[in-house]
Amino acid sequence: MDETSEKIVAMPRIGEPAPDFEAPTTAGVLRLSDFKGSWLILFSHPADFTPVCTTEFMAFAEIYPQLQKRGVELLGLSVDSVTSHIAWLRNIEEKTGVKIPFPIIADLNKTVATAYGMIHPGDSKTETVRCVFVIDPNQIIRCILYYPLSTGRNMDEIIRIIDSLQTVDEHKVATPANWRPGDKVVLPPPQTTEAAEERMKQGYECVDWYLCRRAL
Amino acid sequence: MACVSPDGRPTENGFSMLKAIAREALSPEDVAEATGLPLFRVRSGLRELEAAGLALGSEGRYLASDKGREMMSQA
Repeated sequence: MDETSEKIVAMPRIGEPAPDFEAPTTAGVLRLSDFKGSWLILFSHPADFTPVCTTEFMAFAEIYPQLQKRGVELLGLSVDSVTSHIAWLRNIEEKTGVKIPFPIIADLNKTVATAYGMIHPGDSKTETVRCVFVIDPNQIIRCILYYPLSTGRNMDEIIRIIDSLQTVDEHKVATPANWRPGDKVVLPPPQTTEAAEERMKQGYECVDWYLCRRAL
Repeated sequence: MACVSPDGRPTENGFSMLKAIAREALSPEDVAEATGLPLFRVRSGLRELEAAGLALGSEGRYLASDKGREMMSQA
């Protein structure tokens, strides 16, 4: 009889503390705790010197000033060496003029990739898929994206996620589908019948007691 | 390392941080404000400077060591 074994892989989840790490990067050894107090986007790419990854890095570099204005740091990761990262970044700058301003983790032993569930064997047994972890200033995971090797990520959506989370934190609201800054937000649903009755009398734009919008 | 070169000498960022902590012990937040460097780089860099013997860390604050001051005087 064949014996099969199932390896249980830990996957980080929204609302939980981001897994701690200390890792070599292109900016020296960095720890997750070095970013405490800032929003952090930790993202992975499959490999240096590959086409989709290069377009993504250029796109991340393009939005970097917008992220900085929002108090967000960027930290990349792949299962490549620091020297590979350095060579690739120099190549990008030489060939395109784009300087990559953020550090990249060199996760050769896959310690961070494993902790964050970045290896998906169905897509690649050796490289990380395209993950995005949005981590808040208290180092709690607030949003997770997983994209396949084939499909580059959308920077507009990443900025939109940051804007939503920061708006939610500041105003204690939620943001509806396709929300952009300046659009109306959604009120948290009432949790009691009395509150539901009250909600309908408060002058909000309501479809019904559970779906009401307001301007910020 | 980002703030200390393989030959043991501070990089430009390393010197910038050493200068900030030359006379009084500062927290990483204070060093970030004084140097304009991102806080995550300062936290990492101060650890490097301490590991290289160029800074002394105590209770979350860092001060340039004698070796660090000597490096600055030779710069």
